[in-house]
Amino acid sequence: MSKPADPMGSDAAPVVRLDGITKRFGDVVALHEVSLQVWRGELMTLLGPSGCGKTTLLNLVAGFLAPDVGEIAIDGERVTELPTYRREIGMTFQNYALFPHMSVASNIGYGLRARRLDKKEIGRRVAAVLDLVKLTGLEDRKPRHLSGGQQQRVALARALVVRPKVLLLDEPFSALDRNLRGAMQVELREIQRKLDVTTIFVTHDQSEALSLSDRIAVMAEGSIRQLGTPDDIYRRPADRFVASFVGDVNVLRARLERGDGATATVMLSDTRVKVPGVPLGGTAPGSAVDLFVRPEDLCVAADGADVVFHGAVAAQVYQGGHVDLYVDAAGIGSPRVLLRIPGQAAMARWPVGTRVGLALATEEAVAFPVRAII
Amino acid sequence: MPRLSSQRALRLFGALVVTAILGFLLLPAIVVALAAFNGRAILSFPPDTWSWRWFAKALAYEDFRAGLRNGLIVTGWTSAIALAVGAGFAFVLDRYEFRFKGILETILLSPLVIAHFTVGLGFLILAAQLGVTRGYAVVVVTHVVLVLPFVLRSVYVSLRNLDRRLELAAASLGAPPARVLATITLPLLLPGLVSGWLFAAILSFNEFTASLFVTVQRTQTLPVAMYNYVREYADPSMAAISVIYIVATAALLTFATLFLGLGKVLNVEQAR
Repeated sequence: MSKPADPMGSDAAPVVRLDGITKRFGDVVALHEVSLQVWRGELMTLLGPSGCGKTTLLNLVAGFLAPDVGEIAIDGERVTELPTYRREIGMTFQNYALFPHMSVASNIGYGLRARRLDKKEIGRRVAAVLDLVKLTGLEDRKPRHLSGGQQQRVALARALVVRPKVLLLDEPFSALDRNLRGAMQVELREIQRKLDVTTIFVTHDQSEALSLSDRIAVMAEGSIRQLGTPDDIYRRPADRFVASFVGDVNVLRARLERGDGATATVMLSDTRVKVPGVPLGGTAPGSAVDLFVRPEDLCVAADGADVVFHGAVAAQVYQGGHVDLYVDAAGIGSPRVLLRIPGQAAMARWPVGTRVGLALATEEAVAFPVRAII
Repeated sequence: MPRLSSQRALRLFGALVVTAILGFLLLPAIVVALAAFNGRAILSFPPDTWSWRWFAKALAYEDFRAGLRNGLIVTGWTSAIALAVGAGFAFVLDRYEFRFKGILETILLSPLVIAHFTVGLGFLILAAQLGVTRGYAVVVVTHVVLVLPFVLRSVYVSLRNLDRRLELAAASLGAPPARVLATITLPLLLPGLVSGWLFAAILSFNEFTASLFVTVQRTQTLPVAMYNYVREYADPSMAAISVIYIVATAALLTFATLFLGLGKVLNVEQAR
């Protein structure tokens, strides 16, 4: 398949543009003044827990819903009132929504027949996309005679063959088992890059979001909490919600030493840690703050290193490539902390019950003001 | 060991009860079927001589021939109209939210709780009052009212089971609403539509009570013709026509099962 033509003749305009979208269902505000721009060829992930509004946002782009307030544009054209079938999108559904009464080839050709292409062209494009998703030979099968992974490929092929201006993926991997999921993710990313198709991807799975996305919009309670690259989201979460929703994290009690605008320093025991200053604006030096430390940023202290606290190994979880150590410690905020140690040596070295001193393996982390007691 | 034998006795008793129930279900049909082959001109069981002649007589009897023809005309119109109207209302009830929806649903299903003779009598009075000639139209309208709830239910259930995401997927692929209806919705509703139509056809063809009120000699359907016959004669041609009835209905159901079975092969069922 060739790259879709760019009618605007410019890569500077966003392919999807959402402006000040508000959507209510009765008294429930599903989306509150959400704005978002997705650039050409970008894979944008909407990440959040269920009920955060990510699926509503996707349905608004698809045209299954209309916003109460705000505008939607696709490829520079205002589509707020345009019905779905004229938006030139491609979409896959959580359950794939393959047409059960049609063969694989008919499913994939559906959008082309709706566009009244001639038979030869339809056959050619269906064959090409079947080759792309590696399903050649299964043309005549019915969807229910396909495995989950094959069904998903058909769904993807059906959405891609119409050369959509934007590809919308609603939790595409949630119905697949773990092994297949990983393989399909890699494949989706390859195909998406190859076709350079602008994609909006909805998921509640943070590891999926981190591994696939160009940018992630982390959503909660109807608004976007943070918009950034996977590394931004993981390393520099904007608030407590993002920090704890994306990836595992230890919350440790520390003390703010100095904060001046962009950066601040906090003391965890006698160890000095640099943190972004913005979330701590208004916190007085000397006050307690919560330091968010990733499991891989903690280590068992070598001799002579600054020990931030002591504890006893409570559990070891062997994970193949790494070992998760749970350490019980008192007086550091969370009673149990998680360490992620590469390799398998940790299993023999620090059996359950061993007293260990822990140190920080990083000089940077994030900190937020201590949350009021709930 | 005594425990085992009591269990065995219980099982035997259960088997007997089930056999008896099944026997009683089939008994009337068996009695009638055997009575139809009686060689003599009385309705008795079991017959002492055997003959096919009552079948010949029943098929040649002008009132039965007319009744069959009228019945097919009425059933044809009734099932077609009830299917269209019922499917339409089922669609509205499934897809739209509006005030008085509950009331609409209650009214549409109300013929289930109104006795057939009430409906028949009502239309009879109405037709007389309005000076409408009692032709096929009155019979068809009466039958449509009576079978509508069954068609509605059947199509409504199919609509409920239809995954709306299939229609959304079709729309996302560029299909306008009419195309979605023709290529996705209707093909997937086919089993529901066929069974609704079948319900309507069988109920209409067998309907007697209301038909007795709204038919006249010219439009009387087969059950009414049979009733009129049995009031005057008591020979086995009644039993013969009953056998024909049973065979015809069974054939229709077999055809439908094959058709619906074919639907399964064609994968006209839910993806879930």
